[in-house]
Amino acid sequence: MGRAPTPWGTMIKYEPKVLNIVGGKPADRPDAVDKVTGRARYAADINLPGQLVGKVLRSPHAHANLISIDTSESLKLPGVKAVITRDDFDDLENEYAASGELTINFKDVTRNMIAREKVLYDGHPVAAVAATSEAIAKKALKLIKVEYEVLPHVINVVDAMKPDAPVLHDHMFTKGIDPAPTKPSNIALRMTSKLGDVEEGFKKADVIIEREYNTAATHQGYIEPHASVANYTDGGTAEVWTGTQGHFVFRAQIAKLLGMDISKVKVTPCELGGGFGGKNNVYLEPLAVKLSQIARRPVKMVMTRDEVFRASGPTSGTNVKVKMGATKDGKITAAYAEMNYQAGAFAGSSLGLAAITVFTRYDLENVLVIGHDVVCNRPKVAAYRAPGAPMIAFGVEGVMDELAEALKIDPIEIRLRNAAKEGTQTHFGPKLGRIGYIETLERAKVSEHMKQPLGPNQGRGIATGFWFTLGMETSATININEDGSASLIYGTVDVTGGMRAAFSMIVAEELGIPVEKVRAVPSDTTSLGFNFMTAGSRGTTAGSMAAVTATRKAIARMCEIAARKWEVEPDQVVWENGHARPAGANVGDFEPMSVAQLAKEASWFGGTIAGHAEINVVNQGPGFGTHIVDVEVDRQTGAVKVLRYSIIQDAGKAVFPEFVKGQWHGGAVQGIGMALNEEYIYNDKGQLVNPGFLDYRVPVASDVPHINAEIVEVPNPNHPYGVRGVGEVPIIPPIAAIANAIHDATGVRMYEQPMSPPRVLAALDAAAPKMAAE
Amino acid sequence: MSRYHVNCTINGDEVDYLCDPTQSLLDVLRDELEMTGTKEGCATGDCGACSVMVDGVLVCSCLALGAEMNGKTIETIEGMAKGEELHPLQRIFIEKIALQCGICTPGLLIASKALLERNPDPSEEEIRFWLAGNLCRCTGYNNIVDAVQAAAKEMRGA
Repeated sequence: MGRAPTPWGTMIKYEPKVLNIVGGKPADRPDAVDKVTGRARYAADINLPGQLVGKVLRSPHAHANLISIDTSESLKLPGVKAVITRDDFDDLENEYAASGELTINFKDVTRNMIAREKVLYDGHPVAAVAATSEAIAKKALKLIKVEYEVLPHVINVVDAMKPDAPVLHDHMFTKGIDPAPTKPSNIALRMTSKLGDVEEGFKKADVIIEREYNTAATHQGYIEPHASVANYTDGGTAEVWTGTQGHFVFRAQIAKLLGMDISKVKVTPCELGGGFGGKNNVYLEPLAVKLSQIARRPVKMVMTRDEVFRASGPTSGTNVKVKMGATKDGKITAAYAEMNYQAGAFAGSSLGLAAITVFTRYDLENVLVIGHDVVCNRPKVAAYRAPGAPMIAFGVEGVMDELAEALKIDPIEIRLRNAAKEGTQTHFGPKLGRIGYIETLERAKVSEHMKQPLGPNQGRGIATGFWFTLGMETSATININEDGSASLIYGTVDVTGGMRAAFSMIVAEELGIPVEKVRAVPSDTTSLGFNFMTAGSRGTTAGSMAAVTATRKAIARMCEIAARKWEVEPDQVVWENGHARPAGANVGDFEPMSVAQLAKEASWFGGTIAGHAEINVVNQGPGFGTHIVDVEVDRQTGAVKVLRYSIIQDAGKAVFPEFVKGQWHGGAVQGIGMALNEEYIYNDKGQLVNPGFLDYRVPVASDVPHINAEIVEVPNPNHPYGVRGVGEVPIIPPIAAIANAIHDATGVRMYEQPMSPPRVLAALDAAAPKMAAE
Repeated sequence: MSRYHVNCTINGDEVDYLCDPTQSLLDVLRDELEMTGTKEGCATGDCGACSVMVDGVLVCSCLALGAEMNGKTIETIEGMAKGEELHPLQRIFIEKIALQCGICTPGLLIASKALLERNPDPSEEEIRFWLAGNLCRCTGYNNIVDAVQAAAKEMRGA
C-alpha cells in the first residue's frame, strides 16, 4: 500500500534531446570487476575485531502461547556473552510507516523481530544469543528453556477466513466493514474499489466468464542469506553493516525498535546479494545491535538458508475470483475481482498493490474490486517483485484468454480492443498518462516468435503486465573533484549493479564529460539526507532524477565560477558540451572552460564545486509488458517444458539497454519458477517442510530456454530522460502466459499455481473422459 | 576440542591452518583464512555459490571438511585472475552482463572454468546442464550461457 502520493514534490518533465552517452554501453560497471574476482564485500564478508557470533532460537510451533523463557543455563555456558528475549525490548504501540511497497506497523514489527505473547509461525524468533564461536552459540540456544502452550493453527487463506478458524490476534477486528465487527477474526481488512456499475455492465455482456484461482506462497529466493554485523559503541552509537534495499529506512526501524535517536544509528549498506523486495525489512539488525550493546563487542549474525525460508518474507499465497463480461465484438463491459491475500502472521499483505494492478491494462467503464487481507500462521509476507501482481494477473489474464476463446478472437487482438492508453481512467483514482501498452501488443503481434511453428503437445500463451513506478524521497550529492572528475554519492541502494552504471552515464551526459570520469559511489546513512528504499522500480528512475538535479546545481556553480573569472554575470554564462561558454557574442570573447579547467580554478573563484539534491519524486511512469511463451506438455508425467519465451516491454528510455534486458530475463525466470515449481509446503503441524533449495526448487539453467527481450521506448513524460521503472513488470505475466500456453497445448485450463507435474497430470486426467466424449 | 593442522596449496600458495573437525572447507576459507570470495548460499550443496576446485575436481566447499584438505590443491575465485589480467570468463561475464547482484558469480565462474577444462566446445544444452548446480536468481541464466559460449570460443582461439 505504501504511503499515499504527495503533491509536494519534484517533477522534471521529459526533455527530448540528442543523447551521446545514455543508451549506449558503458565502458565498465563500477561493481563488476570486484564481483568477478571475489573482492566485492557483502554483509557476510564483513568481520570486525573481537566480533561475536549471534544466533536465533526459533519456534518449532506454528501457533503457541509463550508461557516462559528461562535463559539462566544458557548464560552460564563459558563463551556466551549475551542472551536476549522479549524482555530486552520495550513494547511499541500501533504506529504505521512505509517500508518498501508495503506498510508496516511497529507494534507488529517488534513482535516479528522477537515473539512477545505468542509465537505465530514455525521459525518465529524467541531468543537470541551472542557467543565467542558458532558452536558455543548453537549449544547456548539448546540450553534456553521455553515453555509453550500449543494452540490450533491455520495455514490456508480460505481456512483462515472461516468463522470457526483459530484466531491469531484477539485484538483484530476487520477494518473496512460498517458496522465494525464485534468478534475478532483473521481478516485484518476488507477493501473495496469501484468504477461505474458492474451490475449494469454485466447486463450488456454477451459472454461472461467467472473463475476461481489459488496460488501458493513463494519466496524471493535471493542467493545471499540475510546477514548483519552490528557494533554498539561505548559512546552510545550503533553501527550496522547489512544487506538491505534501503539503509535509511533500516536506520529508522532499528532506532524505533531499540528506542534510540536516529542520529545515533549509522547503517552502511553492503553489496547486496539479491533482494527482490525481501530485503525491505529488518530481521537480524535490531537483535544484533541489542546483543552488541549487552556484550560490548561487535556481533555478526547470518541466517541459514532454512531460517531464510522459515522466517523471512515470502509473498502472499492467494485465493481469487475473477469475473469478466464482454460483448460479441470483444469489448469488456464489466470486470469484478475478489482477492483474498495471505499476510502471514501480521496484517499487511500486498493486497493494496494487487488492487492497483488487477485490471490496469484495460480501459474499463465498470469495475468492482473487493479484497481481504488475511493473517495466518506463516511468516509475515514481504514485498516480492511487483508484490501481489503475478497472482491476480494469473486470474485476469486467464479469464481474458477464455473470453478470447469463447468469442473466437485472437488473444492479442482482444487485448488491443480493450487496451489502456493515455487518458484511461483507473478504478483506483488517477488517469493514465502517456504509456506504451499498445506498442508492446503491436510489437508482439508481428514478432518472430509468433511465426514459429508448434508441434504436438505444444502450445502458445500470451499475457500482459502493468506496474507503476514509485517516487518518494531521494537525495544525491555530486562533487566535482579538483581534477575535473565527478563523484556522485547516491542514496538508493543499487540492488543489481546496473544502477551505478546508469547514474554514471546520466551524470556524464549532463556534464558533457566521458563516462569514465564519473564514479557513482554508494552512501551510508551519514553522507546524505533521507532516501527511501529501492522498491517499486524507483531506484534508477528516482535516483537519476536526484542525480540530474544535483548535477544541474553543480553546473550552475561552475557557470558562476566562469562568470567570476570573466567578470560577467552568472546568467551570461551557459553550459554546453561539457564547457561553460559566454551566452552570446556581446558577453565578451572568452575561451570556453572545461569541467577540468573550472575545477582547477575553483579555489580562486568561490571554492569547492558540488551539487546536492533532496527531492521528493512524484513521477508516475507506469511500465507495461507483453509476454509470449511456448510450452510442451508431457502427458505421461504432467511436466511442462518452456520452449520459447519472449518479453516485449516499454522501458520509457533504456539508459543501459543490455542491463534492462538482463532485468527482464531475471524477472521472467522468477515468474517461470512461480508458475511451474515454487511453493511453500506445510505439514499438518504447520511446519514448513521444504525450507531448502533442494525441495523449494527455483529454476536452474537447464529448466529454461533462451529468453528473447525486446525494448519498446515510449518516454515517461515525468522524467528528464523519459525513464520508466523496468524491474517489476517482467515477473507479472509468466504464470498466466504459461497457463494459457498449457491450455493451447492440451485444451485443459489450470486454476492453481504452481502448475507442477502432479497438478498438471491431475488436471489432464480429470479432463480426459470429457474430452473423449467430445 | 582439539584442532587439526592442515597443510595445502591454495591458488598456488602453500597455506597451513588449524581447523575444528566440524568446519567445512567453506568455513575454513571464509572464517579462518578470510578468503571471502567464495560465498555461502545454502550450506547444503544445493546452490553452488561455494564452488571451488579441489585437486582438479569441482566441489561445493560447504560439503567438504576443512580437515580433509591436507596435501590437496585448492583453487578459488581469488586465484582466477592473474594480477590485473582477468580470466577470459571473468572479462566476458562483465561484457555480456552475466552478473547482476554478483553473489552467485564466483561459484558460476569456477564451475564454468571447470566445464571448459573438460569440454572446450560445449553446446548450449551442455552448458545449461553443467551449470544446473549453480543457482542464479537475477539473470535468468541467459547472459551466463552466452558468456560461457563466447569465452569458450575465445579460449579455443576460434
